[in-house]
Amino acid sequence: MNNSDKIKKMEKSNIIKYYGHGIAYLKNIELKGRLIILEGPDSSGRSTQILLLNNYLEANGHAVLNTGLRRSELVSEGILEAKERHLLRKRTMSLFYAADFADQLENKIIPALRAGYIVLADRYIYTLMARDAVRKINRIWSYNLYGFAIKPDLVFYLDVDPKELIRRAFQKSTEELLKGIFDKDNFLDYYESGEDMGFSEDLLESFILYQKKMKQEFSRIQKKFGIIKINGNRTVEEVHNELKQKIDQFLKVPFNHSK
Amino acid sequence: MTHIKIKRSSNITTNTTTKKYKYDIKGKLIIVEGIDGSGKSTQIHLLDKWLKFKNIPAFLSEWNSSVIVKNVTSRGKKKEQLTPTTFSLLHATDFADRYERNIFPLLRAGYIVLADRYVYTAYARDMVRGCDPLWIRKVYDFALKPDITFYFRVPVDVAAGRILSGRPKLKYYEAGMDLNLSNDIYESYRIFQSRIIEQYEKMATTENFTVIDGTLNIEQQQKMVREKFNNTIPEEIVK
Repeated sequence: MNNSDKIKKMEKSNIIKYYGHGIAYLKNIELKGRLIILEGPDSSGRSTQILLLNNYLEANGHAVLNTGLRRSELVSEGILEAKERHLLRKRTMSLFYAADFADQLENKIIPALRAGYIVLADRYIYTLMARDAVRKINRIWSYNLYGFAIKPDLVFYLDVDPKELIRRAFQKSTEELLKGIFDKDNFLDYYESGEDMGFSEDLLESFILYQKKMKQEFSRIQKKFGIIKINGNRTVEEVHNELKQKIDQFLKVPFNHSK
Repeated sequence: MTHIKIKRSSNITTNTTTKKYKYDIKGKLIIVEGIDGSGKSTQIHLLDKWLKFKNIPAFLSEWNSSVIVKNVTSRGKKKEQLTPTTFSLLHATDFADRYERNIFPLLRAGYIVLADRYVYTAYARDMVRGCDPLWIRKVYDFALKPDITFYFRVPVDVAAGRILSGRPKLKYYEAGMDLNLSNDIYESYRIFQSRIIEQYEKMATTENFTVIDGTLNIEQQQKMVREKFNNTIPEEIVK
């Protein structure tokens, strides 16, 4: 089945759908909005594409809410502080991020979807599950953990050839690259280079090894969760046009209000 | 390095009965459970003192005490912005941090690890708050099963009396005010804590709790605690 068939076949019911047991006190509610996820490794152009989509959707009259990892009011600062001090071990990190996600889900994502927003998420539980798996946390444990997550309407994965990722990273000077590894978004740091796992004494090598493992894990997750792969090796415009076209196609299908 | 099988605490409702650990666990894990005001903290504190007096390496870990998580949790509680799911996950994060950085390594090193509240607190509370019971058990299934679980049984009014003798009023979350059980905080507390007691009582048999009558005086309870300790923990561990 090709991607456009996948989109056409998607269920258009408005009742909230969870991956697992869900949230007992938030069941059988109607979500008027749509949840769209963009996943992809760092340097895949993810943030650029999110920005372009956000502008495009707003220009077309949609109310858009942006969300992403570690952006909850409740938990984000706590995670940042613990990360800076390199205090997080794998299980703690996993649960801290789950709490951050839960806070955003209940206080931002679900309310916005109920109000009819398009929620555009810069990564979702798939990245979190991939990080867990790379750190050798049992996959079944992570899938269970995110049983309270709602199923998005569309999930894209920006697939970029590892060589291209490295080329893009090296377009910056080495100095900027290293700075990037430490500072970019306060995120691509110690943990994003897999330093906590002791892959390599060399930070860059550790970073590359970690990203490779993340990519492998993502291809597994992509199959399991039916994520739409987008060729991210092309120009910003080409990628944006494809995303736009797929989202437009999806939004055109009438919502099923009968239930 | 010997490979031994250790019972996990999740075996009542999940399929995980035993799992192979590649590490040898030399220490022992002793935990206390019970509602606030049941006297459990006093008792585990006295056990800790006694072990240290006997020069036995012991470490006490308290619920909700992780340095990296507790500020987040207390801010969330103060602002009353916790939902049952975030309440549950933050406590799980707190537990995981203490488990990964203290409890587990110290057990490996041969310590007697004492825990004031353990996974059963989460099972009972989170379930009463409406979280899925199987979900919560699976979340905590990385935790070792304790060697002794003391459960301090008290009627809800006794517990409330003890709490209120120490401070002027009940707290929002301990009274379960987030669940809209009653507008009256004391009534809400009674309903909420009674439901938690109900969960503890259900687990008393399945999880092999050592039940202590929390209405007895402190000395009597401590005597029972120490007796159980002496009868359960092999002497070579505490030498």
